[in-house]
Amino acid sequence: MVEHRGFSRFVPHIVLCIGVAIIAFPVYLCFVGSTHPQDVTSNGQMPLTPGPIFFETYYKTLFVGSSGSTREPVATMLVNSFIMACVIALGKISISIISAFSVVYFKFPFRMAAFWLIFITLMLPVEVRIYPTYKIAADLNLLDSYAGLTVPLIASATATLFFRQFFMTIPDELVEASKLDGAGPMRFFWDTVLPLSRTNIAALFVILFIYGWNQYLWPILITTRDDMQTIVIGIKKMIVTADALTEWNVVLATAMLAMLPPVTVVVLMQRWFVRGLVETEK
Amino acid sequence: MQKRAIFGSTSLPYLLLLPQLAVVAVFFYWPASQALWQSFLLEDAFGLSSTFVWFENYSELFADSGYYRTMMTTAVFAVMVAGLSLSLALLLAVQADKAIHGAGIYRTLLIWPYAVAPAVAGVLWIFMFQPSLGVVAQGIRSLGIAWNPLLNGNDALILVVLASTWKQISYNFLFFLAGLQSIPRAVIEAAAIDGASGTRRFWTIILPLLSPTVFFLVVVNIVYVFFDTFGIIDAMTQGGPSKATETLVYKVFFDGRLGGNLGSSAAQSVILMILVVGLTAIQFRFIERRVAY
Repeated sequence: MVEHRGFSRFVPHIVLCIGVAIIAFPVYLCFVGSTHPQDVTSNGQMPLTPGPIFFETYYKTLFVGSSGSTREPVATMLVNSFIMACVIALGKISISIISAFSVVYFKFPFRMAAFWLIFITLMLPVEVRIYPTYKIAADLNLLDSYAGLTVPLIASATATLFFRQFFMTIPDELVEASKLDGAGPMRFFWDTVLPLSRTNIAALFVILFIYGWNQYLWPILITTRDDMQTIVIGIKKMIVTADALTEWNVVLATAMLAMLPPVTVVVLMQRWFVRGLVETEK
Repeated sequence: MQKRAIFGSTSLPYLLLLPQLAVVAVFFYWPASQALWQSFLLEDAFGLSSTFVWFENYSELFADSGYYRTMMTTAVFAVMVAGLSLSLALLLAVQADKAIHGAGIYRTLLIWPYAVAPAVAGVLWIFMFQPSLGVVAQGIRSLGIAWNPLLNGNDALILVVLASTWKQISYNFLFFLAGLQSIPRAVIEAAAIDGASGTRRFWTIILPLLSPTVFFLVVVNIVYVFFDTFGIIDAMTQGGPSKATETLVYKVFFDGRLGGNLGSSAAQSVILMILVVGLTAIQFRFIERRVAY
């Protein structure tokens, strides 16, 4: 053990506590702001301790919606976000795991070409093809639909690579044994590959759920109807109006609600989260 | 990359690849090629007809001082976010690595901002720094410093950098902590026995051993600033005031909006594509090196 005596023992803890406090401060203020009435906040008189209208604000935010406009209540947006995040995560995992299975366990013409076609999409993020992608989605009648929110984002080079890497580590003996038992490829997939991939799927799900939940650019392009909005784009639309009219308590309550699910997932499933993050980057 | 034991089947492998390849073809390759094609076209004001103009969109772009300004803004933005978030994350990771018993708890308390959506992070920070109602903004003003990110371009850029840094620290922290924990304790202890002080050990042993992680994170941070800060900018400043916080990606979005200038927007997309290819190539070289190391 390297020097651990006297005052220097506490230095790391002091630095870390300051770091944690600074990191948490914006969220604390956001929570405080969500519990004070709009007029207290907007004239700059907000105290640094929680105010009196916690329940009113969150009830209003969730089930009534901000009054200045005809916005949907946030509960609808939460449902939309939840559907989008789950469909994107599960969709990416499903189509990537079967693609990787195909590339690793079969020999067929154009196998490498197919692999490269998937791999190169890594270099085509949605930001570099915004309007043409929007036009195709519009032509296919996907605007304002869950399919439109999810399907165009569902291909995943990283997930495919991730599963391919993992399949390469599965011992060949397992396939041979399975073949001796007379199992076909799909039997082998269901009975051996899928159960072995459980922890990898969990790790990937955490990362992809957050990815899906936090999508921003694509949902603003593809949704026009208020009832199809996700919570992340809903917040931004609440503060577009002139400053004085912004209902800050509702905006901040929405921000709290938008953070809650993905942050909970990260904290509760930390082991898988860390693993997913570190592994998919390789 | 092929297994020894494989299945023989003629149609099944194609069937398994079909969903992914279909999505990739329809929503990735087709739009990308459309962007490429559109970048050579000039649409008339009503979007009714377009003419093939070769590289006119590109030459116009490179003759436009606004485009260089956006490039500069993006570069400054990237350098500031990468510099700030990497150094702060490294500081915290080194401390967490020392605080052996608390490392796990501190990790939990520091990594969650990764899960906050960029646009939501933008809202949090604008609420603190908005000149008329922000608590922190009032503190700054009471010190006699003029602060108005709604009107002053530099202030706005600082604000966007702070919000982006806040979100990125957790990611960098996680990778630094993993990197630090993989450095053998024996090496550090040997140096301590030789009489090297804590600072000296950091600069001569820990940092060099950590350099693959640093290089990797620099690339990841640049990619982050280029693409993932879109939500932060859109929620906080919309590229303003007077384009002081406009990044390359934001400009693609802004110029093409409502069919504004699709040709130029497409040309910018193509330039970005080339940039991404470059960055990805660099990233993979580093990763290969990291694995070898």
